[in-house]
Amino acid sequence: MDSIYKSLVDIVDKEHVSNRPEELFIYSFDLGTAEPRRPDYVVSPATTEQIQEIVRLANRENIPIVPLGAGLSLAGLAVPQKGGIILDLKRMDRIIEVNENARYALIECGVSQGQLTAYLEKNFPRLTHSEPGAPPAATIVGNIVIHGQGDLAQPYGFNSDLINGLEVVLPTGEICRFGSCAVDAGWFTYHPLPDVGLFFGWCGTTGIVTKMSIRLFPAKPIRGVGTFVVDNESLVPEIIGKLTYTQMTEDIIAFSRAIPPFAAGLQHITINIAADSEKELEFKQEIIFDDTLGEYIRRGEGGFLGFTRGLERPQISKTSDYKKGGGFEYVGGIMPVETYSQCYRKGREISERHSIPYTVTGRIIGAGHSMMFAWTYAFNRADTESIKQARDALHETDDLVMELGGVIWKPGIYGQKIIIERLDPGTRLLMKQVRKLLDPNGIMNPGNWEGF
Amino acid sequence: MSWEDFKYKEIIHRCFRCGYCKFPVNWMDVNNCPPYARFRMETYSCGGRLWLTRAWLDERIEWTEHLAEILYSCTTCKNCVVKCPLGFNIDIVNMITAARSEMVESGKLPTDVKKILENTELYGNPYGLSRSKRDNWAMGMEIETYSDQEYLLFVGCAGSYDTRAMQSIQALGRILKNAEVSFGILGSKENCDGNEIKMLGESGLFEMLVQNNIALFIKHKVRKIITLSPHAYNAIKNYYPAYGGEFQVFHYTQILRDIMMDGRSDFVHKDKIRITYHDPCFLGRWNDEYDAPRTILKNIPGVQFVEMEKNRNSALCCGGGGGNFIMDILGGSKDSPARRRVREAFDKKANVIAVSCPKCLIMLEDAVKEEDMDNMISVRDISEIFLDALECNTRTCNK
Repeated sequence: MDSIYKSLVDIVDKEHVSNRPEELFIYSFDLGTAEPRRPDYVVSPATTEQIQEIVRLANRENIPIVPLGAGLSLAGLAVPQKGGIILDLKRMDRIIEVNENARYALIECGVSQGQLTAYLEKNFPRLTHSEPGAPPAATIVGNIVIHGQGDLAQPYGFNSDLINGLEVVLPTGEICRFGSCAVDAGWFTYHPLPDVGLFFGWCGTTGIVTKMSIRLFPAKPIRGVGTFVVDNESLVPEIIGKLTYTQMTEDIIAFSRAIPPFAAGLQHITINIAADSEKELEFKQEIIFDDTLGEYIRRGEGGFLGFTRGLERPQISKTSDYKKGGGFEYVGGIMPVETYSQCYRKGREISERHSIPYTVTGRIIGAGHSMMFAWTYAFNRADTESIKQARDALHETDDLVMELGGVIWKPGIYGQKIIIERLDPGTRLLMKQVRKLLDPNGIMNPGNWEGF
Repeated sequence: MSWEDFKYKEIIHRCFRCGYCKFPVNWMDVNNCPPYARFRMETYSCGGRLWLTRAWLDERIEWTEHLAEILYSCTTCKNCVVKCPLGFNIDIVNMITAARSEMVESGKLPTDVKKILENTELYGNPYGLSRSKRDNWAMGMEIETYSDQEYLLFVGCAGSYDTRAMQSIQALGRILKNAEVSFGILGSKENCDGNEIKMLGESGLFEMLVQNNIALFIKHKVRKIITLSPHAYNAIKNYYPAYGGEFQVFHYTQILRDIMMDGRSDFVHKDKIRITYHDPCFLGRWNDEYDAPRTILKNIPGVQFVEMEKNRNSALCCGGGGGNFIMDILGGSKDSPARRRVREAFDKKANVIAVSCPKCLIMLEDAVKEEDMDNMISVRDISEIFLDALECNTRTCNK
């Protein structure tokens, strides 16, 4: 019997280890356009200790390890570029603690967005977390380690800014803790110890996060979404500036898309508002929709489409079925808000050049500090030409992000390459040294963040 | 059948594998797809099965026993159909049964599936037991053979042969007699209803069973049918009409509800008992009947009814559908859906898990034993709970 397989079975158990063609096939794919690559083994561990043992085994055998959450990054980040062991972390799905007063949740790495949302709604209805627009199966830790953003990004920033501590299995097998938990003081803060933030944005090349404490926020009983629309995209940055100035909104998203055709070219801005009472809601609506946006209506430059009570959480996305083809992928760029109109125009051009109906979305991060602008390309999974068109469009968009002065979010292999080309030499050297220091045998998700 | 002939060729690639199909309606966990809950590998998720099916049929992967096990681990519970937000969701289970049909046609089947099909063809039941034993459950009960009564009581294979399920059909028989319902049985002439055969992908045998049953029903001038099993209810209600079998079909809980609501039964007040209800997939998600069983339980004196966290169209399947109550691909682990379900009931401090399906009865009762909870919780068919509560139970109807 294959000795690595036998060792993995000894560490976990037979039912959660596979080197059979079916598992190797399924785990070779990303859900986006990335080319599949076969792993050699698929393992689904249940404990941090099992992960430690697997990592030590991988070092001994010099075989790659690729950590995997729900695999919903769509950027090919968990495709095993050089084979090895896929570590499916979703079995580690315990919500260990929710601290209502300190407002945090301590979770294992496999907890899904839907699971925490449902748990909080049932047990702690006055608390909520910043939930991304990803499917509910997306793992919270997976989203955070790629610097994801959620529906509280406007008031509070990136989800990776909203953590209180983490536990990591290093590439050499040791367990490290960061934040107050490192001094056994609970999981309530990430600061003020020396900053060793080495695990976000690294695409699983610096360690495997096994536990994380994330910040929770007040969940107001009344929540809803207002929609404002303008036909001049150059007005959007100004409107965003005014909306964020009110400090009365939660999520702010601007979007435009080709379908339905009558609305193509229009810029929709959705504004989430939360309140404790009808009086508060009415006050916020007045400030936001009458005082702040009223001038655009009076000038005939925009219109208010109404306010819908209630938030759909988790969000249900049908994007993958736009072309009845089962596929879509997007490039997310972290962009200055002022580039909105260029992002829209040039993104639309790229889509039209590749015969893909355009869909662009900008989610505001912080008080207008930046936005995550997403250019989405649907494709037909059964049509290789359609996949190629989308892949080409994605690469062009990666280039566009950098041209417009942004930074590619969760870059795939192509995006990583063009970022590395532009990296400050000092930063490039440091990143290279960090990788070498943490992962001397180069086992962690090789193929990613290489070529410094 | 080639890939070109696959009926769902134009839609099977539309599954994105977003994972909605793993959840119950309230998103509380990713364990509502029974095979995925059991194995927690993406291959066993609904999306994994669809992607593997496509890869097998367009020859990117080869048939293996493991592939067959993955496809046959689906219990056809329809949780995926309920949860998938995309336009092709109605066909998700159909795509799996179509892939199984290809395995049947090519003879590439797990041994247990072969055995079920052979037994059903030879003996009219998946257990391979003699037809002559089909009415053993009714011995001494003075149940009439069907002869123009108002209802045919269709017992089904589990009720006829499984010793535990026999207790539920016996209870039902006593209740119907007590309520003076005009009914009869076909005894050894009864045959498999075909539902599981269809789910296993054997469309030829399924059609033969359906046509034979319809001919038998017509010969006996059957108009109204009561089924013990929701699986039989599903087949007769939804598939038989396409073959010319138009019958009024009732699940037995619908009849018991009417008996109760019409005041045709007197109940005694017993000690309080905390009961939860497990929705069978073929009554709930397949046929949208969630209320009749609950109406019965809530109106039995002394019953304190409590819902499990996952209920109605979010109920976790017992793991027995699609032939799995015999094959037991999902058994042998604390993660087996039946054992998970028992723990969900226990979490609600229920003393009794009420069921309305003989397969659920068998699966969950076994799970209680495996969980070593025999002294804490029991699994009972609604017919048994109903009979126990009848005032007459202390006199004539329990004979």
